[in-house]
Amino acid sequence: MTDPLLKVSNMNKSFGALKATDDVSLTLMPGEIHALIGPNGAGKSTLIKQIAGGLVSDSGKVEFSGRDVTALRTVARARAGLGRTFQISSLAMEYTVLQNVVLGALGQQGSVMRFFRPVMKDRDLVDRGMAALTRVGLSDQAARRTADLSHGQRRLLEVAVALTLEPKVFLMDEPMAGLGASGSKRLTAFLDSLRAQAPILLVEHDMDAVFALADRISVLVYGRIIATGSADEIRRDPAVREAYLGAEDVA
Amino acid sequence: MPRETLLNIILFLMLPATAGAALLLDEPFIITLVTKAAILALAGVGLNIALGLGGLVSFGHAAFFGLGGYAMGILASHAQSYTPLMETPFLIEGTKSMLVIWGVALATAALAALAIGALSLRTTGVYFIMITLAFGQMLYYFAISWPAYGGEDGLSIYVRNDFPGLNTLDPIQFFAITFGVLAIALFGASRIAKAPFGLALSAARQNPERVETVGLAPFRLRLVAFVISGAVTGLAGALFADLNRFVSPTMFSWHTSGEIMVFVILGGVGRLFGPVAGAALFILLEHVLGGISDFWQVYLGLLLLLVVLFARGGLIGTLAGREVAHD
Repeated sequence: MTDPLLKVSNMNKSFGALKATDDVSLTLMPGEIHALIGPNGAGKSTLIKQIAGGLVSDSGKVEFSGRDVTALRTVARARAGLGRTFQISSLAMEYTVLQNVVLGALGQQGSVMRFFRPVMKDRDLVDRGMAALTRVGLSDQAARRTADLSHGQRRLLEVAVALTLEPKVFLMDEPMAGLGASGSKRLTAFLDSLRAQAPILLVEHDMDAVFALADRISVLVYGRIIATGSADEIRRDPAVREAYLGAEDVA
Repeated sequence: MPRETLLNIILFLMLPATAGAALLLDEPFIITLVTKAAILALAGVGLNIALGLGGLVSFGHAAFFGLGGYAMGILASHAQSYTPLMETPFLIEGTKSMLVIWGVALATAALAALAIGALSLRTTGVYFIMITLAFGQMLYYFAISWPAYGGEDGLSIYVRNDFPGLNTLDPIQFFAITFGVLAIALFGASRIAKAPFGLALSAARQNPERVETVGLAPFRLRLVAFVISGAVTGLAGALFADLNRFVSPTMFSWHTSGEIMVFVILGGVGRLFGPVAGAALFILLEHVLGGISDFWQVYLGLLLLLVVLFARGGLIGTLAGREVAHD
């Protein structure tokens, strides 16, 4: 059995009396898509923030390809190979689409303290940015201002920026949100092919996408993982049906 | 050619053209005014790196302007009185060499910016404004209460400092020096804005979370920007002191910080030639309106209000429209 690329153990986070993350442990294996589902307010986004390093956990451990990254914050975890996309698009809105992916490629390359040569003439960075745009189907939008993109295009740009980071692990917070049926379907097919490059921890509300993609599904309710298993196992699990899929289905 | 490039070329040539015309008309005072505009523009170019690119609203850039001024004042005053700055543990003498003074001004301002930036960049928004203001005022009161270099009265330097091969007391030659420095600073600023560093810095202004997520630390980017910014404004301070042959604590005061900010906002925040347009307009208004009324700053305030309310891109933004990002 191979070792997990991402291993979260016994993670906790409370906001006052509210336990947002309650003793969560999960793993992400190479080549896998592990979906994290749960009703609104279950603590999915909190958990993603903890894993990405933007929110300090009360306790617990995050290991990343065997290395303990618990003490590291967002920047260091990104450098270690964690590629995150946001639930609400978080992009440099004044920049063009191409500038956003070039920023990602620059971050991946790391040599930012260069003050003289124009970055948009740096063939290597621009090529890598364009390659990422091509993969998500945004190459014809490269020169547009990000603020002028449609909501769906911004979602795709989020994914493209994550691609430029060439991460070891993808952490995707509802990439399908607001994409529409056909967009969702296309992104589903793309993510399906992406898992060979790096495994994905996928938070998603779109159940069609989750059941089509996920090798394993974990169900988060009130900050606690109540079940982990294959799509079929999760579908059959009575506790999950009760909590998430809707009690009326049980009958 | 994009409209902004054309406008920049016109603005750039306007300064030497005005100075040249004044020379032909034998109006040395006008040359001095243009020189002052060029120096203040340089201070604005410095601030614009922090404010325009980095989104760092520093209300304390007078600290760097003043440090540059006092670097010149202290070195030149020791040179003119033939007394060394210090004898133990090693001898440091004053100097009348402009190039040495510039080096000291740049280094002093950069070091101060490193210290002030390291402390104040941990805050954002209004707290950052207040902390930078506080540092500026600290230096202001320090300069007032330090009798060795004139205290409240400041320091007079009788003769302008030396520049190899030029007579710096001749207004047009001194203008040529300041204009050369401004040109180099503008060139540098334009490169920085387009370089990898500029891309990341400006992204950190737009969305720090995004920058962190691609593995870059906004704090480091901002600190480096603040140091470069402070150093350029410090150099402007040294030139300003040389222009007036006088330094006083006023260079440190928050009025000065505010004025430098006004140049940038009037001209266009984050636009390469914004500070040039702003400083030129400021000097023009000071001269023209100042001749009509002692209360000319009322009109300046009104203009500033109009720019902030209706023309957020300043003069450059109004005339040239939105910036072209890349082809």
